[in-house]
Amino acid sequence: MGSGKTALVAALARSLSDERSIAVVTNDIYTTEDAEILRRAAVLPDERITAVETGCCPHTAIRDDITANLDAVEALERDIPGLELVIIESGGDNLTATFSYGLVDRQIFVIDVAGGDKVPRKGGPGITGSDLLVINKTDLAELVHADLAVMAGDAARQRGERPTYLISLAADPKGGPVAEWVRRELRSPACIAVAGR
Amino acid sequence: MGSAAGPGNSGREASWAGDANRALNRDKSGGGKATLLLLADGRLPAGGHAHSGGVEEAVTDGRISGLDDLRRYLEGRLWTTGAVDAALAIAAWDLGDAVPLPDAAWSRLDAEAAARMPSPALRAASRAQGRGILRAARRMWPTPWLGDLAGIHPDGPLSAPALGAAARAAGLEAGDAALLACQNATTGPAWAAVRLLGLDPFSVACLLAELAPSVEAVAAEALSQGAGIDVAQLPALGGPMTDVAAEVHASREVRLFAS
Repeated sequence: MGSGKTALVAALARSLSDERSIAVVTNDIYTTEDAEILRRAAVLPDERITAVETGCCPHTAIRDDITANLDAVEALERDIPGLELVIIESGGDNLTATFSYGLVDRQIFVIDVAGGDKVPRKGGPGITGSDLLVINKTDLAELVHADLAVMAGDAARQRGERPTYLISLAADPKGGPVAEWVRRELRSPACIAVAGR
Repeated sequence: MGSAAGPGNSGREASWAGDANRALNRDKSGGGKATLLLLADGRLPAGGHAHSGGVEEAVTDGRISGLDDLRRYLEGRLWTTGAVDAALAIAAWDLGDAVPLPDAAWSRLDAEAAARMPSPALRAASRAQGRGILRAARRMWPTPWLGDLAGIHPDGPLSAPALGAAARAAGLEAGDAALLACQNATTGPAWAAVRLLGLDPFSVACLLAELAPSVEAVAAEALSQGAGIDVAQLPALGGPMTDVAAEVHASREVRLFAS
């Protein structure tokens, strides 16, 4: 909670919406909270932001029964001709939140420095299996006595070849390196997931 | 799909094609008890987990606060919504798997089903569930007529007719379709109540076990009225509160379930 999932979704929309036709699906626990934040940030027009209800089980909606999310993606594809990239934000805030590859092509997992520098060592499917691990809020490292080298080292051990980026969305609200990764990694059309702690 | 596929290669299209190829090499659908159990399993990815069957609103407005309330709610729902859904599922099953699909008959069934659901919010929720059921069924038992059925209903079929069609495509009998409809009318709301109120899940399981003979009875009654009757003559039982509450629920800012 508060690691920066919604901030990263907003950053990607800001960076990429000039190049690609983008829409966002949110899976909030309380229906529309994250969708409202994105609307207020005005990173995308309203009709490109959809919220799905998850019946108290946000993990189920992105992993075991992806029906509501598929339904939302297909409705966006129908309503927005030429749609190229859908970003799906999870509502499940913990280390076991993981997306089904029946729904998305790539997933990004977000944790933050303020959550403690031991988090990468703990592992879990999000840390070990995501296509990109983002460690946000590097600007807070000194304040919370977190050792960024320890976090990067533990992440590398957990993830093998999979990349990890240490960033600060406060300092770089367009999430430069992450947007660059998406550009490199994904041709259109594609679905990308943002989960996190 | 995902990492295994090439960059940006959407896994969804690829899996549709793969399933269709597998279907060509497969004989007739099973249609046995195991198939029925599969369709009745709450873990089936058909979107049902996000719907509470009206329980969320009933909890919010105080009509359900414990196990006794839940028992009364489920009994009422079974003998009204359950009975109507069972009849609609049988009628859909009865329209069969003819290709080309009888468009006019399906449209008429859809109109009759919709007329039994005055609340627009309830109809929208039912169509969302119908889309989910049809999506799963098309992947599990890919037959051309299920695709035609999706074409006839651009917003999705209502959930009970969709269930009847899924049962038919799965090789099940009309009675199985009725049983599934009645089972869905009770188990979904019951487990939603566990999540919303923190009820003892064993007490709720007990309640569902006690209800099982009634579930069978309502399904059997729907079947005895027979497949093949004019759809206008299908039962039209309901409770105005169900529709009123669905409209209130849809207007709420904070909502955990889609309906």
